[in-house]
Amino acid sequence: MDFASVLVIEILGSIAILVLISIGLAVVFGMMKVINMAHGEFLMLGGYVAIYGTNHAGLNFWVSALILAPLVVGLVGLALEWLVIRHLYGRMIDTMLATWGISLALIGGMTMLVGNTTTGIPTPLPSVSIGDYSVSGYVIFLIVLALAVFAGLFCLFKLTTFGLQARATTQNADMVAALGGKPRRIYALTFGLGAALAGLGGAALAPLTGVIPTIGASYIAKAFITVISGGAAVIAGNLSASVLFGSVGQIFTYVYTPVIGEVALLVTAIVLIRILPQGITGRFFKRSI
Amino acid sequence: MTMNRRQALGAFGAATALSLVSSRAFAQEGPITVSALYDQSGGLESYGQPIVDALRFAVDEQNAKGGLLGREVKLNVYDPQSNMQLYAQFARQAALSDKPAVVFAGITSASREVVRPIMRQFNTLYFYANQYEGGVCDRNMFATGVTPGQTVEKLVDYSVRNNGGKVYIVAADYNYGQIIADWVKKYTADHGGEVLGVEFFPMDVTDFKTSISKIQAAKPDYVWSALVGGAHISFYRQWKAAGMLGKIPMSSTTFAGGNEHVILTPEESDGIMVCQNYLQELENPLNKQFVADFHAKFGADYPYITELGMGAYQGFRLWAAGVEKAGTIERQPVIEALETGISIDAPSGRVTIDPKTHHTTMDVHIARVENGGLIPVETFEQQPPADTALVCDLIANPDDNQQYVIDF
Amino acid sequence: MTRVIQPALLFAALVLGLLAPGWLELFTIYEFTAYLIMAVLALSLAFVWGKGGIMCLGQAAFFGLGAYAWAVGAINFGPGLAALAISVAVPAAFAAVLGYFMFYGRINDIYIGVITLAVTLILFNLINSTSGPQYRIGSALLGGFNGMTGIPTLAWPNGMPLDPAEIFRLTVIVIVASIVAITLYLKTTPGKTAIAVRENEVRAELLGYNVAQSKLITFTLGGALAGLGGCLFANWGAFVSPTIFSLVQSAQIIIWVIVGGRGTLIGPILGCIALQWATTKLGTQQVVQVNLVLGLVLAFFVLVVPQGIVPMVTGLLRRNSRTGPKAEAEQNA
Repeated sequence: MDFASVLVIEILGSIAILVLISIGLAVVFGMMKVINMAHGEFLMLGGYVAIYGTNHAGLNFWVSALILAPLVVGLVGLALEWLVIRHLYGRMIDTMLATWGISLALIGGMTMLVGNTTTGIPTPLPSVSIGDYSVSGYVIFLIVLALAVFAGLFCLFKLTTFGLQARATTQNADMVAALGGKPRRIYALTFGLGAALAGLGGAALAPLTGVIPTIGASYIAKAFITVISGGAAVIAGNLSASVLFGSVGQIFTYVYTPVIGEVALLVTAIVLIRILPQGITGRFFKRSI
Repeated sequence: MTMNRRQALGAFGAATALSLVSSRAFAQEGPITVSALYDQSGGLESYGQPIVDALRFAVDEQNAKGGLLGREVKLNVYDPQSNMQLYAQFARQAALSDKPAVVFAGITSASREVVRPIMRQFNTLYFYANQYEGGVCDRNMFATGVTPGQTVEKLVDYSVRNNGGKVYIVAADYNYGQIIADWVKKYTADHGGEVLGVEFFPMDVTDFKTSISKIQAAKPDYVWSALVGGAHISFYRQWKAAGMLGKIPMSSTTFAGGNEHVILTPEESDGIMVCQNYLQELENPLNKQFVADFHAKFGADYPYITELGMGAYQGFRLWAAGVEKAGTIERQPVIEALETGISIDAPSGRVTIDPKTHHTTMDVHIARVENGGLIPVETFEQQPPADTALVCDLIANPDDNQQYVIDF
Repeated sequence: MTRVIQPALLFAALVLGLLAPGWLELFTIYEFTAYLIMAVLALSLAFVWGKGGIMCLGQAAFFGLGAYAWAVGAINFGPGLAALAISVAVPAAFAAVLGYFMFYGRINDIYIGVITLAVTLILFNLINSTSGPQYRIGSALLGGFNGMTGIPTLAWPNGMPLDPAEIFRLTVIVIVASIVAITLYLKTTPGKTAIAVRENEVRAELLGYNVAQSKLITFTLGGALAGLGGCLFANWGAFVSPTIFSLVQSAQIIIWVIVGGRGTLIGPILGCIALQWATTKLGTQQVVQVNLVLGLVLAFFVLVVPQGIVPMVTGLLRRNSRTGPKAEAEQNA
């Protein structure tokens, strides 16, 4: 019985990790139809901000991971939107390729700055005992954080003017402009929001995995698959895809090996895209956010 | 501004004179090139950087003594970035365009198996200076690191005596990890123990929480780690985060090879047992002198002189001894000189080439990780490469060229 | 004019390529053979993406499969024609299955990019975890992370393996022959259909062409050519490892094609050779990181020169950019 609860926590943990690595991408893709190949590097930057903030700037880990990292990466996102992305709106493939360029450049730049070495920080929370077993308390924190991110985004989109305008822009940008809104600004802010969420996710995962400039590559496929399988609705799509893939991946990891877990996840995704080309929310929960 | 011919000649003469002054210790023949291929980035850098530092140290030391056969030794270092394709490319480049007297290359067994055939093809002497899984039998290669017969056996024995016989193995998923896991199984069976589970992880895996739960469910007496590389450091962090450090003991012959004990905090690593040929803490006068000299060159805050670094240093010293004995850098005479069973007194103790296997006989030490250092616990003197000696005899079969693996 | 000049230049390139090994040092031959082998890969994507309009981000998958198939085939059946056939057939079959799944499923552009990329990563993960002795095909061990080493080199029927100069020449022949074959193919009905589908998928379909089938053919042929490149690669290095399926490898192919020029065949080949030469030079110095440069180059080209260098130059030279590459062909040596 204890072991069952340990397993449940681990499955929830995997789902939370998927949410944290993909939600930023989901916002950008869902709201702007931009495929951001540099998303993995935004996660990587978030991890570095958290680690350097804690180890070198002497900040509290929670401050650097939960506040500083999203802030810094969000600003980086805004800058890149201004430099590159805004010139390519409407050209989906070109955006994808340009962001892939940014992704490589960020990997190269960070390698020059910090070297191609893994850095890490000790996990800031003690372990939790469940009967004979003990699990990392930090995994439980990640589950809570993922829920908080969903709650925060829901409030942002449902309750604020920005949220209203952003949703309207997604549906018909010209109409928003005609009504006096500023779709360009909305897009820029949305991209910044996506980057900030990526920064938060990367920072939250840093104690678990450590950071190296190339770490984005190990997240990016999973993040993409989750977002594309989720479909257009940001929150419902991301949640449903994360739950599906997190469970599949974790169960296969448990029964076989981590590699089989990862492969099972990717295969599930490909089959899913074949059956539901518009993603889960293209068929179900269509009216949700 | 123009320069007439006489001025030009004068300037040239001055430059030549200067270079003569700076290298007057060396004869006219030009330097001896030694090529080195070690990962200094891309995931295995925590192993590669100390090795390159130790090699530079060894070369500088040799040159300070007046070089080798009166010639300066020049070190050409390549960084294959933990990428096997670059190993293939640089190994060719080294062999064909540097025309080196010897090549020191490869950390993982994967990279060794890329480099070894290339060196054989181009008749270039090859030194592989790391601890590895043993069994390579190739007259063109000398292995100056420890093998499982020297370390794994001792550490399994120690762990069974102190913790009990039930072991759970976690290992890196490539030939080194696979073969080490087999050796641990064999020695565990020899000591009447039992292997409860074996798990292999690709080198880029960073998520170990499921395995940690599986280990908890299996309830072993101790865990054997043959994890390798920067990503796998996460295992030790997550092991601590799950509250397992100290609850279930851990033994490893790879831990500390990549400075894991320095990268991790003491709270994350204290108490892990390792078994190595060299520890920076060894209390012998040669080693104290070595550490002092090394720190004088690289700074007293140098993280740790790793076993792999020492392997390269000792490998270079052995090769240099072979060259001096042969009186030439030609490949065949040097191999024959080394096959006379050359030995040196190194910081880790006496190191002797075993002519039959081209491996080395040396001391090994079991140590406990404590506060970022390795505290020696038990010493086993002059251990022969018993595992490789079972299968490999290059004196009887000089044309042998393969890696033997254990078979149960 | 072009009708005469183009074949003439191609022929000159062929002759130059066949003679070059006589003048070069062994190491230079090795280095340039690697560039040319990658150029085969670039050419395959130039065909699939530039001519067929299918944005395949995972062309490295077919290249890698070709290399692995050669290794397995050569170890089991000897390094002859049988192994060569296997090394082209396996990636082509894989491309056909994957393509069937995607094109008949009517998956659109972006998703094709993502799926091909994901498939490449799956292959990477799978191959990476085959290091145990149980993963063998016939007498060939797959080797996992280590990859496969000591792969036999293609041999003449009398059993003599090809020497480096001969592999260089073989690669030159493959490139020139592929250019000729693709050019001729594009003049046939299926070739013209492929172009029509690229230009306007809906219109082609409404005119009664079988779009899915046309795409499938293009994709499969491209996979076969990439596989042939992989086979040459395994012959060049006598070694193959899972990094062949890596993300960076896939990105590089895209960059070669974009920089050289998407719609042309010569452009990607030149882009590939130039960029590889540049990255090798960059790789030997420790100041600027290769990825940084490659990334900036890619972003710059997408933003500023989206059509690529060759079409830009030919466009400047002649008003009509459709007549194809002319000025650059002579550099293709």
